[in-house]
Amino acid sequence: MSAHAGGYSADPRIRWIESLPWIVAIAAFFALPEYLSLGARILIYILYALSLDLIVGYAGIITLGHSAYFGLGAYIAGILAAKAGISDPMVQLAAAAAAGALLGISTGAIILRTKALTLLMLTLAITSVLLEIANKATTLTGGADGLSGVVVAPILGLFRFDIFGKTAYLYCLLVLLLGWWLVRKMIYSPFGTSLTGVRENSLRMHAIGAPVYWRLVLVYTLSATIAGVAGGLITQTNQFVGLNVLSFESAGELLVMLILGGVGRIYGAFVGPVAYLIAQDFLAKQFPEYWYFGIGTMLVLVVMFARGGILGILDGSLVKLRSRP
Amino acid sequence: MEAFFASLVSVAFHGAALGMILYVISVGLSVTMGLMGFANLAHGVFAMAGGYVLTTAISRFGAPYPLALALAFALVAAASVVLERLLYSRLYAASDLEQVLFTIGLIFIAVAVARFIYGTLQQPVVLPDYLKGQFPLLGRDFPAYRVFIIVFSAVMVALLWFGVERTRWGAMVRATVDNRAMAQSVGINTKRLFTLTFALGSGLAGLGGGLGAEIIAIQPSYPFENLVYFLVVVSVGGLGSLRGPFVAALLIGIADTACKYWLPQYGAFPIYVATIAILLWRPSGLFGRHA
Amino acid sequence: MSAALETRGLCKSFGALTVADDIDFRLEIGARHALIGPNGAGKTTFVNMLTGALPPSSGRIVLGGEDITAMAQAKRVKRGLGRTFQINALFRRLAVIDNVALAVAERRGVARRMLRAASTHADVRAESMDLLATLGLAEDAGIRILDLPYGKQRLVEIAIALGLKPRVLLLDEPAAGVPSLESYRILQVLDNLPKHIAILIIEHDMDLVFRFAQRITVLVQGEVLVEGPPEEIAKDKRVHQVYLGEQHHG
Repeated sequence: MSAHAGGYSADPRIRWIESLPWIVAIAAFFALPEYLSLGARILIYILYALSLDLIVGYAGIITLGHSAYFGLGAYIAGILAAKAGISDPMVQLAAAAAAGALLGISTGAIILRTKALTLLMLTLAITSVLLEIANKATTLTGGADGLSGVVVAPILGLFRFDIFGKTAYLYCLLVLLLGWWLVRKMIYSPFGTSLTGVRENSLRMHAIGAPVYWRLVLVYTLSATIAGVAGGLITQTNQFVGLNVLSFESAGELLVMLILGGVGRIYGAFVGPVAYLIAQDFLAKQFPEYWYFGIGTMLVLVVMFARGGILGILDGSLVKLRSRP
Repeated sequence: MEAFFASLVSVAFHGAALGMILYVISVGLSVTMGLMGFANLAHGVFAMAGGYVLTTAISRFGAPYPLALALAFALVAAASVVLERLLYSRLYAASDLEQVLFTIGLIFIAVAVARFIYGTLQQPVVLPDYLKGQFPLLGRDFPAYRVFIIVFSAVMVALLWFGVERTRWGAMVRATVDNRAMAQSVGINTKRLFTLTFALGSGLAGLGGGLGAEIIAIQPSYPFENLVYFLVVVSVGGLGSLRGPFVAALLIGIADTACKYWLPQYGAFPIYVATIAILLWRPSGLFGRHA
Repeated sequence: MSAALETRGLCKSFGALTVADDIDFRLEIGARHALIGPNGAGKTTFVNMLTGALPPSSGRIVLGGEDITAMAQAKRVKRGLGRTFQINALFRRLAVIDNVALAVAERRGVARRMLRAASTHADVRAESMDLLATLGLAEDAGIRILDLPYGKQRLVEIAIALGLKPRVLLLDEPAAGVPSLESYRILQVLDNLPKHIAILIIEHDMDLVFRFAQRITVLVQGEVLVEGPPEEIAKDKRVHQVYLGEQHHG
C-alpha cells in the first residue's frame, strides 16, 4: 500500500522508475509497428482501469457497473460521428467526457446513499438499463448489429488516423498521459488522502466532520468522466461501437485486469491491462475455453494467495531481497 | 375483453412459473448472504450445474425425470460442500471486494468448463410425456410442465419454510442470522451450520436450474446472464429473509412476463427501472431487516 | 454564563425500552467531568446522542449556547464537539501521522483540495507532528496503525480528536483494553490536555476517574442517580449500592 497511497508524508515528486511505462510505450511504437492497434487498445484500457482504481482501490466503492460510463462515452462519440456528422475528434472526446460526468454525478448521487450489496446491485441495474436502451434504440445505436460508419476527422485538422494505427496510438498515449497526471495529482492530494480515509473507516470520517457522501460523489463523477473519455477513445480507434462496451462481462474483465495488476496502486492499472490484453490476444482466440478457465483460476488464486496482484508480489519480493544481509 | 382476460390469466400463470423457478434458485443466495454475509455472485453456477445434471441424466443415461431432478439437487449439494469446505470457508472474514472477485473467478471457471464439455449451444430438455400436454383447469388449458413447476415448487417452498420455522436447524439459522456472536456463545456450531445451509441453498439452486431448464435456457453463459435476476430477487426481497425473496421473485416473474408480452419493444428495461426505484425507496429491500 | 455543553430532558427509547430518561446534564467550560455507571446504564447511548450519531426521542442538546439537537454530526464537529471511540476507530492501514492529519486538514478546510500534494501542506503536517509530540508519539509518526501496540493506538484515538481543536471533548472509555499498568500513560496525557477544553470522560477504571475528574455524574438505567464532586460520590450510599451490587453479581 505504501507504494502509491499518497498521504501527508508521501513525496509527490515523480521518481525515475515512473518514466518506465512511457519509455516502454514509445519503444513499442517503434519496435512493434504491426501491433499498434493492440497497443492503442491497451492504452485505452489502462485509462479505463485507472478510473476504476480511483473508486475501487482508493475510495473502496465496489462496482460491477463501471462499463456504464465507458459504454456511454463510446456511444456518444459514435453517435456524434455516425449520425450527427460531427467528426472532430476533440469535440467527440469532450462530449464523451461530459456524458460520463453527467451520468456519473446523477447516478453517483443516488447509489452512493446505499452500501454493500444494494450498491452493487444498483450499479448492475444501471448498466443493464443502459444496455437495454442501446439494444432497443436501434435507429441511434444500431442495436445488436453495432454502430458503424464512425467518421473521425484528422486531429486538429493535421493528423489523419492512418490504417496502421500510428496516429491512434500516439493520440491514446497522450490522452492517457493527461489522465495519469490528473489521477496521480489527485491521489497525492489531501482529497486523495481523505478518500483512503473513507475506505479505511467511513464512520470515523463522519466523526472528524468530513462530508463523506459528497467526497464520494465527487470522486465517482471524476472516475465516470475518465471512463467516458476512455469509451470515446475506443470508438475513435475502432471506428465502430458494439453492445459489448456496456456488458457486464466487460465490467468484470476490467475488474479482473485491475486486480491482476494490483488494486489501490496507480501502476496496478498499468500492469494489469498489459498482461491481460496481451495474453488474451495470443491465447483467447485459439483456446477460448482455456482462456476463461485460466482467468477464473487466476482470480481465485489472486484472492486466496496474492491479494496485492502482480505489483504486490513484486513489492513483496523486493522487500525480501532488501532484508537479506 | 374476453381476449384481454385470457391474456391476463396467461401472463399471471407463466409469470408465476418463472417466479417460482427464480425463487427456488435464489432463496439459497438470500440465506447464505444473510447468514454468512457472503456475497456469492457464483450462485447461478449451481443452478446451471443442476440444469446440466438434469439434461445429461435424461438424454445420456435415460434417467426418468423425477430421478434426474433428485440428482440435480443431490449432486449439486454434494459438490457445493466440497467447494464450501475448500474455498468459500476461507473467505468468510474477507472483504466484500475479495468475495466478489473470488466468486466472479468461479463463474469464469464454470463457464469455461461448461463450454469445454457441452459446447456453446443450449441444452435440449427432453420432458416426459406426462409433462408435455395441456392440463385442463376451470375450463382453460394450461401447459402441464408449468403447472408442475408451480405445484412442485410450492411444495418445496412449504417444506423449506416449515423446516426453518419448526426444526432445530431452522432455529439455529434464524438465531445466527440475527446475531452471530450470540449464536456462537450459546454453543451453536456455526461452521457446520454454514456448510449444511450452504449445501441446502446450492442444492435448491441446482434443483431450480434443472426444474426450469425449459424456461431459463441451460448454456455456458447462464451464470453471467441470469446473475442480475437472482440478485434482483435477493436485494429487492431483503437479505436473510425467506418471504421477501418469495414475493420479489413472483413480482419479477410476473412483471418480466408481462413486459415481454405487452411491451416487447422495451425488453427488460421496466424491470431494471423498477428495481432501482424499489432499492432507492427501501435500500434493504421490501422485507429487509434494517430500515 | 452558559455551559460548554448542556442537555435538557434528554430521552431515548427503543420501543418499550428506555435507555435515557429525562437527562439534565451540564458540562462547564474547561470542566473535568466523568460519567460513570454500571454496564447498560446508557452511557454510550448518551454520548451518541451528544455527537449526533443517534437522534434523541425528546429533549434538547445545547452546545455553547446554541441548540444543536437536530444538527448533523459533521456540523457539530465544526462547532467544536470532538469525541473518541470506546473501540478503536482508526484508519488502520494509514500511517499514524495521516490519521491525525486527516482530522487537522478537515478542520482547516483544506481536505477537499485536489491539485496540491498533501505533503506540501506544511501547516497541516507541523500541527499534526506537534500533536503527536505532546502525546509522546512523535517517533511513531510513520508507522501504520496495524503495526502499532494497542496502548499507543488508544493515544492516537485522542490525538485525532484533539486535531479537531474541540471546545468540548467526549472521551468514551479512553483506557478500555489497556493494561492497568499502562493506563498511567493515558492519565498523563489527559492531565496535560489544554485547560480550556471541557472534557467529559466515560470510564470504568475508577482509579482513573477519581484521579482525573473534578465532578462526577452517576448514570443508572438511563437516569441520573446523583452528581457531585468525587469526595461526595465516593461517600454516597446509593452509588455504593449500585457498584457493590454489580460486583456482587459478577
